[in-house]
Amino acid sequence: MQSTSINYFKLFAIAEQFDLDVTTLESNFRKTQSANHPDRFVSAPASEKLVAMQLATLANEAYSVLKSPAKRAKYMLEQHGIDAIAETNTAMPTEFLMQQMEWRERIEDAKMARSITELDEIAGELKLETNLLVNELHELLDIKKDLTSATAVTRKLIFIDKVCADIDQVIEQLDD
Amino acid sequence: MAYSDKVLDHYENPRNVGSLDKNDPQVGTGMVGAPACGDVMKLMIKVNDSGIIEDAKFKTYGCGSAIASSSLVTEWLKGRTIEEAYAIKNSEIAEELALPPVKIHCSVLAEDAIKAAVADIKAKQAAKEAA
Repeated sequence: MQSTSINYFKLFAIAEQFDLDVTTLESNFRKTQSANHPDRFVSAPASEKLVAMQLATLANEAYSVLKSPAKRAKYMLEQHGIDAIAETNTAMPTEFLMQQMEWRERIEDAKMARSITELDEIAGELKLETNLLVNELHELLDIKKDLTSATAVTRKLIFIDKVCADIDQVIEQLDD
Repeated sequence: MAYSDKVLDHYENPRNVGSLDKNDPQVGTGMVGAPACGDVMKLMIKVNDSGIIEDAKFKTYGCGSAIASSSLVTEWLKGRTIEEAYAIKNSEIAEELALPPVKIHCSVLAEDAIKAAVADIKAKQAAKEAA
């Protein structure tokens, strides 16, 4: 598909920076979706229908990437040819991995004990950590343009995102 | 995705799960992680004065293939020298467990955990000699 090379930020006419205005992103996303809605192209030629459909698909993908800080940072690094989650790169700061282990152990214990309270507490800690990393990324990507450090922080954020998703899953299971 | 019988065996009956005393001068610890899937792997080895690995323990949070890869290497490590351990390649692990291409990174993680544990014990030994 030729449209994959379109820059996600340009697609929504927003500045290409990590610290973005979520309200503007959302409203521009809705505008793009409505401009390319299939209902508008009922009587249009097949080629126009196809372009509209591709743009709508691209907008969905772009929106899901840009609204998530972890995916947004990873995408921005990709624009500079950096693969933040390269499989050959398994080195992470030991303290960070220790902390990951500890969170994982607590989640496991909380799951056994069916303690939603404890899970909520861990989720709260992860939220705090996320905010710290997001602030760091704003500084590294938008101000200092330090891509090496930004890659390291992005890797941490992707890790934390994964733990958050796992907690949500456990809470959902316990709720059933 | 279908796991191979060997992966399932290690996943269901993981060998050598646990920890060794990280403050023991004979114990080396390797911690590695893969952001792509959120896997975290901790491998600990106990090395005697002749450089032979006497014991190995692991703790892994991750998918079945990551757990199987770390379980398998703890079995392989016991009785080997740290040089032999360092030479273990992820392709050997992937082959033994019949890992599909999308799970090769789990074996990379295990290889890197061994290298990190060996580096840690060597650093400890060097610090001891310098003292």
